[in-house]
Amino acid sequence: MATKQDVKVLGWSASPFVARVRIALNLKGIEYEFLNEDLGRKSDLLLKSNPVYKKVPVLIHGEKPVCESLLIVQYIDEVWAASGLPILPADAYDRAVARFWAAYIDDKLPNQAPVLLGEADEPTKAEATQHMFAALQQLEEVFEKCSEGKSFFGGNTIGYVDITLGSYLGWMKAMEKIAGIKLLDEEKIPQLVKWAERFCSSDAVKEVIPQVDQFVEFSKVLQAAFKAAASPSN
Amino acid sequence: MDEEVKLLGSWLSPMSRRVEVGLKLKGVSFEFSDLDVFFSKPPELLQYNPVHKKIPVLIHHGKPIAESLIILEYIDETWADSGIRLLPKDPYERAMARFWAKFFDDKCSLPLWMSCWTEGDKQQQILAESKLNLTTMEGALKGKKFFGGDEIGIVDIIVFCSVYWAEIAQEVVGVNVINEEKHPVLCKWMKETVDSNVLKDYMPPREKLFCHFQTYKDAIAALMTARFGSN
Repeated sequence: MATKQDVKVLGWSASPFVARVRIALNLKGIEYEFLNEDLGRKSDLLLKSNPVYKKVPVLIHGEKPVCESLLIVQYIDEVWAASGLPILPADAYDRAVARFWAAYIDDKLPNQAPVLLGEADEPTKAEATQHMFAALQQLEEVFEKCSEGKSFFGGNTIGYVDITLGSYLGWMKAMEKIAGIKLLDEEKIPQLVKWAERFCSSDAVKEVIPQVDQFVEFSKVLQAAFKAAASPSN
Repeated sequence: MDEEVKLLGSWLSPMSRRVEVGLKLKGVSFEFSDLDVFFSKPPELLQYNPVHKKIPVLIHHGKPIAESLIILEYIDETWADSGIRLLPKDPYERAMARFWAKFFDDKCSLPLWMSCWTEGDKQQQILAESKLNLTTMEGALKGKKFFGGDEIGIVDIIVFCSVYWAEIAQEVVGVNVINEEKHPVLCKWMKETVDSNVLKDYMPPREKLFCHFQTYKDAIAALMTARFGSN
């Protein structure tokens, strides 16, 4: 049985990628130590644990580091298969579908963040909003198909696609405030809006994703992080 | 039982070849549908992969799966008791295999390929990126015979296909992307993999690919620039 010392998460609270790891550990009922990284100065532990990307999140399980948020979520699901509820579906085909949509979400959403959480001219913001919205409309259809009338993409309980998309909800609400746009529009994506409420209020999630105002406060830090991530010397 | 496995792919694509290799290593019979995807979007592609409109797509019992790494994991899970393991059993080792597969696809496979089809400053920039990232990739070999350890695994399959393609392309265009001086560890691994006879027989004939690249050199370069831009 893992003790709190055995499981560490390197991260910072406004990162959706870090949120995924924490939500997954919560779903499995696994205690962990959260080590907050200062984005401006990466810790020796981070540089040692993720020498390839030097980024959060990193899960350190019994001294062994696992990197890349979705890979960490899959690792958590496999290592603690006997705890909590499964995160990925049992059926191989359903698993492939879940992985496909998770990859789609990561392909479409984060690219818009530097623009919609930062400073950009109106045409650039409008284009980014359009991309976000097209992806969300696609995901509304996916939700309809995958959920089969249940509460989450994963069915009755939060699953892999829920975590992947849900972890962005903090950023999306912040984008609405910072860029002055409406993304979670109940008229255009009604099922996703209701899903978002269910996701954010669930026990595994509610302590993990900060409130909108905290994101807005963080936005300057985020902007610097985006600039640093885009620079070749990372 | 007729498993009804169909692969929509192209003999010209290393991504498609990865999946073919995965199926063959598992001893799975399948129907291969060789599509012309470079100059058109065939209707089957639009039907079975409407989101990305790309090959490869595996169709099993009529249900499509897209994205080569996702397909390979599906194959490994569905035919778990056949042939070789594509992914390790241990969860930590699985995470590491997935990490390096993703790293290769995100950081190596495109620069490796594009360095053959660009010119001038752009090419120099991509060559530098390719060298840096392939060197990082070499770290994953860490004194092992194969990326998968003593046996080949998913990372070996995907890297081998891309390197096989790149080595032929580099000969056609006369650019040196992979050589022993730049990537001694990778070249040693390539030789081990070729000598082990597991993968090389599943590749398209060298002369056929060489001829194709030679004939369509300019068209490929133009297509790559159009598709991946000059950013």
